[in-house]
Amino acid sequence: MDVILENLPLYWNGFLRTLFLSAVSGVIALVLGTLLAAARVSPVAALRGFSMVYVEVLRNTPLTIAFFFAAIVLPRLGVTFEQFEVAAIIALSTYTAAFIAEAVRSGVNSVPVGQAEAARSIGMNFGQVLNLIILPQALRTVVPPLINILIALVKNSSVAGAFFVLELFGYGRQLANANGDAVIPVLLGVAFFYLLLTVPLGILASTVERKVAIAR
Amino acid sequence: MTSVLYDVPGPKARRISLIGSIVGSVLILGLLAWIIMTFAQQGIFEGRRWAIFTRADVWTLMGNGLSATLSAAALAAVIAFPLGLLLCLLRISDAAFIRIPVRVLLEFLRGMPVVLMMLFILLGFGTSPFIAVVTGLVLYNSAVFAEIIRAGIQSLPKGQREAGLAIGLTSFKSRMLIELPQAIRRMMPSLVAQMVVLLKDTSLGYIVAYGELLRAVQVMADFLGTQFLFPIFFVAAAIYIAINILVSRIAVWIERRGSKKAAGGVAKAEPEKANAPVP
Repeated sequence: MDVILENLPLYWNGFLRTLFLSAVSGVIALVLGTLLAAARVSPVAALRGFSMVYVEVLRNTPLTIAFFFAAIVLPRLGVTFEQFEVAAIIALSTYTAAFIAEAVRSGVNSVPVGQAEAARSIGMNFGQVLNLIILPQALRTVVPPLINILIALVKNSSVAGAFFVLELFGYGRQLANANGDAVIPVLLGVAFFYLLLTVPLGILASTVERKVAIAR
Repeated sequence: MTSVLYDVPGPKARRISLIGSIVGSVLILGLLAWIIMTFAQQGIFEGRRWAIFTRADVWTLMGNGLSATLSAAALAAVIAFPLGLLLCLLRISDAAFIRIPVRVLLEFLRGMPVVLMMLFILLGFGTSPFIAVVTGLVLYNSAVFAEIIRAGIQSLPKGQREAGLAIGLTSFKSRMLIELPQAIRRMMPSLVAQMVVLLKDTSLGYIVAYGELLRAVQVMADFLGTQFLFPIFFVAAAIYIAINILVSRIAVWIERRGSKKAAGGVAKAEPEKANAPVP
């Protein structure tokens, strides 16, 4: 217990870094994922194909491989970063975007067919149908799965700790190595800070889900 | 392909869509060409870099890595599934003093990064990396399996359990004989999809120094020289992705087969989006 209290500033730094990584990657992934989902249902075949291949490959890529690519292979190819955070954000956001695209697409499919038909019958084009009718309803139904993906993102950001980024997991590893006699309390401290993020998000997801379920 | 989202394209729309497709393809191909050119400038495609794949020992090391990955995944899946079943039964137990602690435990396990659990077991209990990887995967995935099966049981019509109890089955027998077989069949696609997640997560073994595929790549690159990093990494990543896509396809196939059967009169499962496997 003393170990945790002594190193509370480190934990706090790591916690903020984890929060930062997750928030930035989350926003990028949400935008990228929604664009990919829109491309997936668009009338343009090339966009559909690109989105499908992207989602299929990234969803089946282990996150560690994505990180390995961004942090170790990219720099050797001449793409260099000032900080490894950038590599971590690239890996996390491109990886998470594939899952968000799938979730949003399933939301688009869950909107009753009549909605799109009605919109088309009053003369809307594809962009209008998608932006004014389908996406507002689709995004609403996919809020709980999206929150679950963001929870996974918070947990996945721990992989960054193994690739030279000092966030919660990275500090945890350092502290565990420095305090060989108190490994279990040190890592339980790390776990506590992760739960501080993931448990409230999980409660939020189930609350929203109940609300949406009543509304429908 | 027709879609409800847009009208069947007329001649003008088809032309615009064709132009869009061509422009889109050119952009994507241009991006790919640029990436390949950049790689070529770095000398990635030189024959000597790829010639290492004619060496038997490279393939032996790669094979060892792959078999380490697959054996960890297989062992973890075989242990995690029955454990998940047990946790599920405890989670929906009628006795609050069992149900509530198990619920807290499941929330705890699901809210933690898998890699943290692996490190915890590796350092906290001083086990071998293999045991740390398998235990980490088992702890996390059994919690997820428990939640998936629970969602399946809850999606069953209430009458199933009521009828089971009414003909004199005990609560446990009703769960085992009536509810679980239906719930598991119903959640099969989610369960298989979670297996893909499990397989993907074995790559976290790289971080706790377990000699799986990615670690084998690193070892070979250190040993043979960094100029071989990209070819080896590329081949290993391709192997990983190919296996995962294969298992994902099996999940899709099971889902299709299941929905065909459901059309024959079986009550259709409500899609449980909240329990869809996440990365």
